Amino acid sequence: MFKKFTKDDIHSRSNVKSSVQRTLKTKLVNQYPKLEPVIDELIPKKSQVEIIKCEDKIQLYTVNGEVLFFQQFDELIPSLRLVHKFPEAYPTVQVDRGAIKFVLSGANIMCPGLTSPGAKLPDAPGFEKDSVVIIKAENKDSALAIGRLLMSTDDIKSINKGHGVEMIHHLGDPLWDFTLE
Amino acid sequence: MSLREVVYCGVCSYPPEYCEFTGKLKRCKVWLKENHPDRYNELYGAEDETAEDAAEIDAVGKKLGESSIGEERENKLEKDLLKLQTKQENREQRELAKKLSSKVIIKREARTKRKFIVAISGLEVFEIDMKKLAKTFASKFATGCSVSKNAEKKEEIVIQGDVLEDVETYIHSLLKEKGMENVKVETIDTKKKKKPTTETK
Ligand SMILES: [Zn+2]
Repeated sequence: MFKKFTKDDIHSRSNVKSSVQRTLKTKLVNQYPKLEPVIDELIPKKSQVEIIKCEDKIQLYTVNGEVLFFQQFDELIPSLRLVHKFPEAYPTVQVDRGAIKFVLSGANIMCPGLTSPGAKLPDAPGFEKDSVVIIKAENKDSALAIGRLLMSTDDIKSINKGHGVEMIHHLGDPLWDFTLE
Repeated sequence: MSLREVVYCGVCSYPPEYCEFTGKLKRCKVWLKENHPDRYNELYGAEDETAEDAAEIDAVGKKLGESSIGEERENKLEKDLLKLQTKQENREQRELAKKLSSKVIIKREARTKRKFIVAISGLEVFEIDMKKLAKTFASKFATGCSVSKNAEKKEEIVIQGDVLEDVETYIHSLLKEKGMENVKVETIDTKKKKKPTTETK
């Protein structure tokens, strides 16, 4: 999603009203209920959220110049830096060591990288197709990417062929490097 | 419940456990050891820093031993990563040397009796988007500006108008921004000559 993103894709930036900020926080908590106890730490009441409207209807939400989450359609998607602060709140899958370098190059994740012994998927019923998932890696603490399931986790296990996760955002992509002056 | 305190590598910006995939591992390790020795020991063990590269690689290998993808694939992965690292380091050095030894040339030429153009060449090694820079100049000086190939088939930016001094200041600040303030910038002013020379180097 951010493969070719540059500063020139920014159309406008503006502060959001505090009422909108509250709505956004509620929406985040609705999507990820486990964020509820920490949401005021992640986005303090006194902080100012900025909205940055970009090409392709992508909108970034930042606090102090750091992107916390973004959206292209209705759904809010956390940035990796936000995920790292409280990873427990999000549906998570794990790739094996061999898949890491491909993930870091921005590739979609193939099913075998999610089903081998070093990988981890949730037990049935698992996650639905099209869910946004956080991607962790074997023997690593932090998440390295965020993607969207191209098939349900149960299908990934049983079919075990082809692309399982579409890449949205990963360590080292232009969104990761994005800073506002 | 509380938030996790996350350390990001000061060299490659990744969480330190991913430094091995960036091709900058050596520099990353030095940074981590200096800034977060605990984390360093966690990841690489309390190995002796004066040890040779081989020992260093061993230590990484130890950590890799816990992996599930089999020794053969693991060895290949490790080799790939090392190759990547050397390649990247060599390339970085080459590119830096190239940048430092190159020269930016800003040239003023008379087009008609009272009209001038300013041509900038030598920017191609600095990862500058020439088209975008041309656009910036066009709006900054409210004039025509385009990218064209010069006699040596290298890209140059040609600005309509007598803006040599302003361009010079801008190029200096641009290079400074990239940490390249030591790069030579030569200005050639052919304003007073009747026939501008075409020599560029
Ligand atoms: Zn690093």
